Amino acid sequence: MSLLEVDDVVVQFGGVTAVDHASFVAEAGRITGLIGPNGAGKTTCFNVISGLQKPNQGKVRFEGRAITRLPVHRRSRRGIARTFQRLEAFGSLSVRDNVRVARDIHRGMVGLVRPASADVDGLLERVGIAAYAAERADSIPTGVARLLELARCLAGDPRLLLLDEPSSGLDESETDEFGELLARLAAEGRAILMVEHDMDLVMSVCDDIHVLDFGAVIASGPPAEIRSNPQVQQAYLGYSDEPDDQTRLDIPAVELTQEIRLEGAWTS
Amino acid sequence: MSSILSFTILGLFTGAAYAIAASGLVLTYTTTRVFNIAHGAFGMVMAFTFWDFSQRQGMPTWLALFLVLGVVAPGTGYLVQRFVTRGLGEGPVSVSLVVTVGLFVGLIGVAQYIWPPAPRTVPPFLPESGLEIGNTYVTAHQIITIALSMVVAGLLYLLLNRTRIGTAMRASVDNPVLLRLFGGNPDRVASLSWAIGISLAALAGILLTPVIGLSYYDLTLLVINAYAAAMLGRLKSLPLTFVGAMGLGILQSFAVAYLPTEGALSGLRAVVPALFLFVVIIAMPQAQLRIGQVKGIVSAPLPSFTKSLSWGAVLLVAVALIAGVMSDANLLLVGTAATYAMVMLSLVLLTGYGGHVSLAQFTFAGVGALAYAKLDEPNLYGLFLSAVIAAAVGALVALPVLRLTGLYLALSTLAFGVLMDKMVFQADFAFGFNGTLQAERLSILGHSITSTSGYVVVMAVFFVLMALALLLLRRGVLGRLLIAMRDSPAACGTLGLDMRWFRVGLFGLSAGMAGLAGGLFAGLRGTIGAADFQLFNSLPLLLLAVVCGVTSVSGAALGGIGLMLLPVLQSSRPELAGLVFAVLGFGAVALGRDPNGLANLAFGIGRRLDKRFGDRVRRAVPVLPLPRPRAEDDVVLDPEVPLLTDPQPREEAAHVAS
Repeated sequence: MSLLEVDDVVVQFGGVTAVDHASFVAEAGRITGLIGPNGAGKTTCFNVISGLQKPNQGKVRFEGRAITRLPVHRRSRRGIARTFQRLEAFGSLSVRDNVRVARDIHRGMVGLVRPASADVDGLLERVGIAAYAAERADSIPTGVARLLELARCLAGDPRLLLLDEPSSGLDESETDEFGELLARLAAEGRAILMVEHDMDLVMSVCDDIHVLDFGAVIASGPPAEIRSNPQVQQAYLGYSDEPDDQTRLDIPAVELTQEIRLEGAWTS
Repeated sequence: MSSILSFTILGLFTGAAYAIAASGLVLTYTTTRVFNIAHGAFGMVMAFTFWDFSQRQGMPTWLALFLVLGVVAPGTGYLVQRFVTRGLGEGPVSVSLVVTVGLFVGLIGVAQYIWPPAPRTVPPFLPESGLEIGNTYVTAHQIITIALSMVVAGLLYLLLNRTRIGTAMRASVDNPVLLRLFGGNPDRVASLSWAIGISLAALAGILLTPVIGLSYYDLTLLVINAYAAAMLGRLKSLPLTFVGAMGLGILQSFAVAYLPTEGALSGLRAVVPALFLFVVIIAMPQAQLRIGQVKGIVSAPLPSFTKSLSWGAVLLVAVALIAGVMSDANLLLVGTAATYAMVMLSLVLLTGYGGHVSLAQFTFAGVGALAYAKLDEPNLYGLFLSAVIAAAVGALVALPVLRLTGLYLALSTLAFGVLMDKMVFQADFAFGFNGTLQAERLSILGHSITSTSGYVVVMAVFFVLMALALLLLRRGVLGRLLIAMRDSPAACGTLGLDMRWFRVGLFGLSAGMAGLAGGLFAGLRGTIGAADFQLFNSLPLLLLAVVCGVTSVSGAALGGIGLMLLPVLQSSRPELAGLVFAVLGFGAVALGRDPNGLANLAFGIGRRLDKRFGDRVRRAVPVLPLPRPRAEDDVVLDPEVPLLTDPQPREEAAHVAS
């Protein structure tokens, strides 16, 4: 039994199918990559798993139990944490207070009287942004804010981490360090599901990869297999090795409606 | 049978007018994401303009109608979109609400200023004509209205489905950024929909005037009926909006016909739209969290606790000093200001920290005052209980909108305010129609505070305590959570926070603070009535709170004094009464984008002065440190600073000054 099972999920916006009978899994202790062109439905899948989007059809199971009907916060309490492609840091709070809020939420209202469970500064240290602790979260660089979102997730000690393009905004050496951090987090027994455009990172750190195209899973397997899969090359890697290439409209597909429109634009 | 038919036709007539107004509201909201609370107010001003053209200036009806609907209203809509509401849709809901409430109050002020209260009548269209259907006489005006609503529906359908700009309008509902990418112009779409929207508000206002009269408030409150109807279509679907409007019209007409005019249910007839709205809201599905919104608001700096304490002490000493010398009449004003300031503190919690808007905060103060008077326990226990009752009522208002987002919470407070105004406060078990209740002065630990000066000092103490408690809360865990929820509800949700109950608690706490203020106010005045807590007082309260700074305690103090001065100003220069509202309303429109308001500006003056003139002052005053050391010869040549020839004392002086 896998920790996370996405089973035959369909999401439709009006007449457009954003996720088309997608099924994939993420295993505990492993890093799973979710890749695909812009508008393939990756973020929508994340929204379905974390509860921000109700699927039209299909199930999401976590630790063997269906969570499709659970509200967002209950899923989080079961051990699912996520970061956002377009940042959702608490801009008016300092970096340290961002993580404090996450810790306080995790402790719960009743737990507020108990001593702190997670060491906030230790978490900042762990993801490597301790130097920014006192700065307002809306004034830090994008890469740092992504790591902040990760630190915030870790405050709740999640079993499953959903990371939406975590490395964008990091330079090469920072990306390498980030890859090592991911490996350590997975080694603690967490499942990591990651949407990522940096193919070098994906190919080097992921244990398994699922490829989405037009909302459907067109291939699943270890990196070497994915790299040599002709269908994947045709649909995704074949276009260009750099997904931020000008051949595509690279707009963050945040609002779900945006994603649909992009698909239309992209095929024409 | 014929009475059912005639009431149905009457219902269809009002429903048709609601449908016209509501479709304008939906159009502007869906295309620009700005909910126009002032929609009814625009209809009101346009109806007055129509009266001015057709009755005062004697233009033919068709010309007046053409000028209002074809020129003035769309022109106003265009200008408002261009200069006031543009870009608000992408920001926090609280800002767009405050700005349109500013328009609401400002327009009422303008109308009162241009057209001072006087009896005015607008005759219906074709007053002599009508049709006999069975035993029922249907006026031509009613037929015209129903027909016009169908014409509006048809034209909107054609516009949205058959024209290029209509397609662009529908696209901009989904995403204006992408519309721009594909060659559309969201600004043109927005201007057009506001032009049409205000025209529709005008048409509805003009059609309803012969029936409900030319009144500042009744036409303005039309917005509640319109959005009650629009809510059935979830502020999106025009066909459902029409269904909602017709249903509401008929329901209202039947309520007038068949509900008793005496007894407890008599107030029910006036609140049918508000009740309709609550029912629709409760039936609405769970809202999904939106991601990718703007966040991170520059808040007023939070003072240290010792600093707050000393400022609190300063305020208390000041109040104690003036309490000793002032006349009782003026002391009552000071006490009123303290009440308003406390109600504004409740808004600092709700709006400033929490990012939610309440349009009926005075109503909660009224609940507290009513409870205080009715409990007849003029001591701390009674006061506390009054606050708890107000808090419970506040939580009750937030409950139905538990699953929904900020806009609906704000709208349901407006409906709640109407409900309380018309059904509860005026009922016999409360203040009674035009009636008053007696309340005794508070006694603390068996010691009754009978003198007004003493009571005012006690109120100031309550204000300071409340402010300190609020600042403590803001510094602690709950304060951080509040800010986090305001900045990103989606992140809070995915981190495991159940925001629904948190929001209810926040709303309840804020209502409780207002209720406490209301209880103290009742004790101060001794005699209170429904008029003291009218819904319409809540709107200037919100505006002044935002203008003065809804993110800080000092803003609340400043706003309380300001709100107390408003009626004083109005009674000293009655001819300017409307203008005061207009200035306040449009001031809020101008300042509403910065919730830190004047209070923060005042504190910022020191910093800004230093930035601008600091260097010059330091250069002119030798003991102040210079920004950078000058070369020796340079200094000798400087005639303004003759004492600086010896570098040694200068450094010392600089050291001392820093």
